[in-house]
Order: sequence, then C-alpha cells, then structure tokens
Amino acid sequence: MSIGILSSILLALAAAGYFIGRARAVSAAGGDTRKLHSLAGFYGQSVALFTAVPAFLLMAAWLFIQPILIESRVSGQLQQTLAPDASLSLVMADVRRLANAIDSIGTADEVAALSPEALTARLGEQGVAMGGDMSVAQVAAANEYRLLSNQSRTGMTVATIALALAGLAFALRRIRIDFRARNVTEQFVMVLMIAASLIAVLTTAGIVVSLLFETIHFFKLYPASDFFLSTTWSPKFGGGSDLGIWPLLWGTLYVSLIALIVAVPVGLMSAIYLAEYASPRVRTWVKPAIEILAGIPTIVYGLFALITVGPLLRDYFALPLGLGNSSSSVMTAGLVMGIMVIPFVSSLSDDIINAVPQSLRDGSLGLGATPSETVRQVVLPAALPGIVGAILLAASRAIGETMIVVMGAGAAAKLSLNPFEAMTTVTVKIVSQLTGDTEFASPETLVAFALGLTLFVITLALNILALWIVRRYREQYE
Amino acid sequence: MKDVLTENAVKAETSKISARKAQVYYGTNHAIKDVDVEILDKTVTAFIGPSGCGKSTFLRCLNRMNDTIPSCRVEGSITLDGEDIYDKRVDPVQLRAKVGMVFQKPNPFPKSIYDNVAYGPKIHGLTRSKAELDEIVEKSLRRAALWNEVKDRLQTPGTGLSGGQQQRLCIARAVATSPEVLLMDEPCSALDPIATAQVEELIDELRTNFSVVIVTHSMQQAARVSQRTAFFHLGNLVEYGETGQIFTNPKDPRTESYITGRIG
Ligand SMILES: Nc1ncnc2c1ncn2[C@@H]1O[C@H](COP(=O)(O)OP(=O)(O)O)[C@@H](O)[C@H]1O
Ligand SMILES: [Mg+2]
Repeated sequence: MSIGILSSILLALAAAGYFIGRARAVSAAGGDTRKLHSLAGFYGQSVALFTAVPAFLLMAAWLFIQPILIESRVSGQLQQTLAPDASLSLVMADVRRLANAIDSIGTADEVAALSPEALTARLGEQGVAMGGDMSVAQVAAANEYRLLSNQSRTGMTVATIALALAGLAFALRRIRIDFRARNVTEQFVMVLMIAASLIAVLTTAGIVVSLLFETIHFFKLYPASDFFLSTTWSPKFGGGSDLGIWPLLWGTLYVSLIALIVAVPVGLMSAIYLAEYASPRVRTWVKPAIEILAGIPTIVYGLFALITVGPLLRDYFALPLGLGNSSSSVMTAGLVMGIMVIPFVSSLSDDIINAVPQSLRDGSLGLGATPSETVRQVVLPAALPGIVGAILLAASRAIGETMIVVMGAGAAAKLSLNPFEAMTTVTVKIVSQLTGDTEFASPETLVAFALGLTLFVITLALNILALWIVRRYREQYE
Repeated sequence: MKDVLTENAVKAETSKISARKAQVYYGTNHAIKDVDVEILDKTVTAFIGPSGCGKSTFLRCLNRMNDTIPSCRVEGSITLDGEDIYDKRVDPVQLRAKVGMVFQKPNPFPKSIYDNVAYGPKIHGLTRSKAELDEIVEKSLRRAALWNEVKDRLQTPGTGLSGGQQQRLCIARAVATSPEVLLMDEPCSALDPIATAQVEELIDELRTNFSVVIVTHSMQQAARVSQRTAFFHLGNLVEYGETGQIFTNPKDPRTESYITGRIG
C-alpha cells in the first residue's frame, strides 16, 4: 500500500475518532454538555490525537529504518560474490534501480530467466539506465531487495493501522463525564511542541558532531599545527599539499571588513533617519524597500559583482592607480557584500532605536535639545549595545557568505594587503575542495570539514557575543 | 487644610503665559476646546480634572511638546511674556529651554547622575568652565533635595536610583537649565507618600524663582501646593481661579461634583 493511501486511512481514522469521541462524550453526559468537564470538542480532539499521532510517528520511524536494515542485509550477501576491486556502493545503486524497475518488466521469475544483456536492453526500453550489465548475483540481490521491501511495507501498513486502532480504542475507553479532555489535549500538544523543538536542537547537535568527527579524522591525516599555523594554501590532489588556513581566513576577514565599512555607516544612518526623522508615510515605503535588499538571492548579487562592479573597479580605480588588473578583487566582493548586509544593520538598528523609550526623547526635547542632539546624546548611547549586536550579526552573515565571493573575489588563496587583488575565503575553498569526483578520505577533501568547523566556531562566537550584548541592553529598560 | 490655603495666598499677579481660544486636535479628535487661561508668574498653577479631559495635552501645548506628535494640531494663540509661541519665528527648541518639563514617569537618561543634570547646561552652553558646571549641578541637586543622597556617587548611573530619587533627579535636570516656567505632568503619580511630600515641598520652594504648572489627580495635592487651580472637563476649561475659592466655593456645578467626588 502506498504511503499516500496509508496516510489518508490514518487521517480518516482520526477524523472518525473525533466524531465518535465527541458523540460518546455527549451521550455520557446524557445530552447535557454542561455536565462535561471540557467542551465536547476536546473529547473528540483527544481521540483524534491518540489515533493519528502515534501511528504517524511509527510510520516515520519505519520509513527511516527500513532502507538501512534491508540495505545492510542485501549488501552483506552481495559482497561475498563481488570482485575485490568493484565498488559496493555503485553495485548497490544498480541493485536498487533494478529492484524498483522489476515490476515494470515482469514477474521475478521472468526477470531471473533473462540473460544479463537482454535485461539491460529491457531496462533501457523502460528508460532505466544501468551502470553495467547485471550479474546473476545482482539480479538475485535485486529480487531479494524487492521482496524484503514489499514485506516490510506490508508490515508497516499492518502495524500502523493496528496502532491507530489501538490508540482509538484506548482514547475512547477513557471518555467519561469527568475525564479532563481539555488538559489531556493541551498536554499532548505540548509534548508534540517539545518534540518539534528537540528535532531542531538535535539536528544542530548532529551537524556539529559530524563536523567534529570528520575534523578529527582530518587532523589524523594532516597535522593540526600546520593547518592553523601555515601561511600557504596549495592543495595538490596527488598528495603533499600545504593546507594552511591563514590565507583563507585573511580573505574572509578582509572581505567582511570592507563589507562592514560599507554597511555600518549606510545602514546606521538610514536606521536613524527612519526611526527618528521619517514621517510614518515615508517609513511605510522606505523600510520594506530596504528590506527587499535582504530578499535578493546572493547569486544575483554575485552576478552584479562579476559583471558590473568588478570591471568598473578595475577600469576606474585599480588600473589608473596601478594596483592590479584583476576584475575580481577583495574590494568588489566587499562592496557588493556590504550592500547585501545593509538591511541587516539598518533593520535591526531601526528596531532597536525604536525600542528606546519615547520618554527619554521627550525628556531631552523637553530640556530644549534639538532632535539631532537628542539622537546623538541620548538615543544612540542608549541603543548602542543593541546596535553593536546588530553589527555583529551582520558580520557573521558576511563571514558565512559564499556566492558573492566566488563571483566577486576569485579563487586565489593569497595573503595580501592590496584590496584590488583577487583573494578567496574559507567558504569558497570549502566548496572547491568538495566538488569533483574525489573520495572523502584524503586530507584535501577532509580539510573542508576543518574549515567548516573553524568558520562555525567563529560565527558562533560572534552570535553569542551579539546575543549577550543585546540581552544586556534589553535588561536596562525592563 | 484651611491654614495651608491662607498661607498660600497669591503674591505675584503678573501674567507669564496666556492662552486665547486655544484648540487642540489629534487628527479629527477635538481634544482641547476654546481654552482661555492666564498663568501667573511666580505662582503654582494646578490643572485638575478627570482622566482624558486634556490636562496633559494642554500642558504640552505650553512648551510645544505636541510638535513631536505628527497628528496633533494647535489653533488659537498662546503667548509667553506677550510673544506668540506658535509664531513661525519662534524656535521651539529655545522655547523649551525657557519652559522646562518634568514628566509623569521618571525618565533619567542612561548616563551618570552628574551627566543627567549637566545635560541641559552643556547643550545650551550655560557654563564656561568645569567648575561652573560643577556648581550648577550641585545647586540643582540641592534644590531638588537630592544632593545629600547622591553627592558621593555622582558618577553612578541615574537609572540606578529609586523611583522617588529618579523623579527628583529629573526635577534637578529641569531646574539646571534655569527655565522661567516649569511644567510638571503628574510628577508624583509614581512616588510613595514620603517622596511625594519631598517633591511637594520642592515645588513650593521653586515658586520663588519660577512659574510652576502642575497636573495632578490628587485634590489634596492641588490644594496643598497651588495658588491657582484650573478645572478641565471633556476638553473645556470649566473653571479657573484661586485655589481656595475653587475648593471651598466653586461656581460651576461640574467643578463641585468633581471635587466632592461625583465625576471622575
Ligand atoms: N498622542 C495622542 N494621539 C491621539 N490622541 C491623543 C494623544 N494623547 C492624548 N490624546 C487624546 O486627547 C484626549 C486628552 O488626553 P490627555 O491630555 O492625555 O488627558 P489627561 O492628561 O487629562 O488624562 C484624550 O481623548 C486622548 O485620547
Ligand atoms: Mg495625563
């Protein structure tokens, strides 16, 4: 049975549970719903929740675990028949493709009777491309795979429907006049919410752990002291690479610095204008217009850097000043990225400036201060910690940016002070080390994880610092 | 109450602020209607009336604080020493230096106690040396009856003081710019009785140098500190006269019902 049909059945059961539960509650009260502890609908809801939620959870868990179990069983059998140099994962991919296509060719016996060449041809007719002709063992494995999948699917259908019915019966039996259906429903929903937030937390933890794991793996192959202290970055896929992080980190920091030099004054001044001077009409137009900047995909900014800003800077600044002839440069990427983070600075600062109590402004204006004196001497000092927080958040955004750098700053890892030279950043190198057909076992690819972890630690530290500053600022007024 | 009133007999009679046919609109809401009032120099004038009757609105007209509310529009004439304060040539910023304001909720700046008081004098360039500034700060804090409590911690944040101390700090801050008129919008509503008594004493003392206008919800307070009382109702100035007369012998039946507790 397909998952769609199974889900519909579960939902139908839950809906039925709702109405049965409701009706049962009403009849338990002898038709007088005032005697019930909760509104009749809550009894229905409690039944529906107990019917649907456990069943869906079981289904999700089953779908997650089933392929892992089947895969390991089938590949375990297949491995013994393989030539020592064949790649198990490629062979398994073919087996899976065949397993999914068997039904469109014929019964399992018919497929087993075909010669390998004929099978490939038949599969080709169906539009299924295989890595190579299938061996007998592979066909057998595919059949086994299909059989196990089907069995497991049937098992899942039976088990989930049984669980749904059990939940339905359990919840229905609990309905009495004094059953606290409202509290039970609310608790149930609360547990669901906790589970949802746990998923987010666990995912983050999982990502960090896997990063950490691969990084440790990397440091076993490549000395950590070289990674953190060397100033050359020259990966060679034959081995003997120099993988020092400094040229990349320098590029990242240099580009981010230029971005902040652009974004902080522009963003801050527009925030002050919007919060303190603009009429409500202007505000309703200008604020969303600035926020649109945040909605532009970074690849579009990248194009802008590559096609417009880069050549412009080269022709009008770098060449006349004799600072280089490259159209991709730190300056290009920094300027464009600065424009990209303007809304982060301006929008957050605007909110923070608005959060400064009006009474402080009134106090200052009431003493005969001008609006600009009020902004400079009262509002900005009061908002400063929050603004610093906003800037740090913008900085961590800039540090993690990739697309603009690829297209604007180039890919040459260099330690240089000249802003018109092409350089590159940590994020760009992560991408370039991982793209291409390489195995995830050499230091040249694993270094990506160490770079990623370093970046993660830096942005995390910035974010924590920003949050800490913003929180301290909030306390001042509450 | 009787002897307080006789003691508070009005001494000066020169008019400081006068309003003629003053109207205030918030958008289409007509909040102040046809108010005529003479506020005397070196006198404490109390504005009383039920909530929402426009006391704060009218008070804020007197130093053009209503300019900061976009929807607010003022008509009619309001003069300070005979000059129309809504005239195009008048700079509202300079006006506010002359007509200071203390707000309902204490609003010290997130700066040190010293810097709070020095704020106005610094902005207006009232002093030529640090010593002069120190002197103004000390004098203002003494006038606000706060000096003894804070003299050892002038560099600590003003926001760290108690509510009553904060309000006296705000009064010191307003006094430091040496205004001619001091407007106070329910300055004691966030204070405990002891702090209230201190502020009231202070107001009575300020009368020797300034004209003080105070909005209050407490009839007793109005009777204790003011020489003149204006009663507002639904945006109208119902009755205005000597405090003693308003409280003992009101002419308008609405005033009488308010002070005896039937409206409000
Ligand atoms: N900022 C404002 N915007 C619009 N209407 C206001 C504003 N402030 C006060 N009002 C209106 O003006 C009227 C008088 O208010 P207010 O002067 O605050 O009264 P009071 O201080 O006597 O309690 C009320 O009807 C109030 O709703
Ligand atoms: Mg008021």
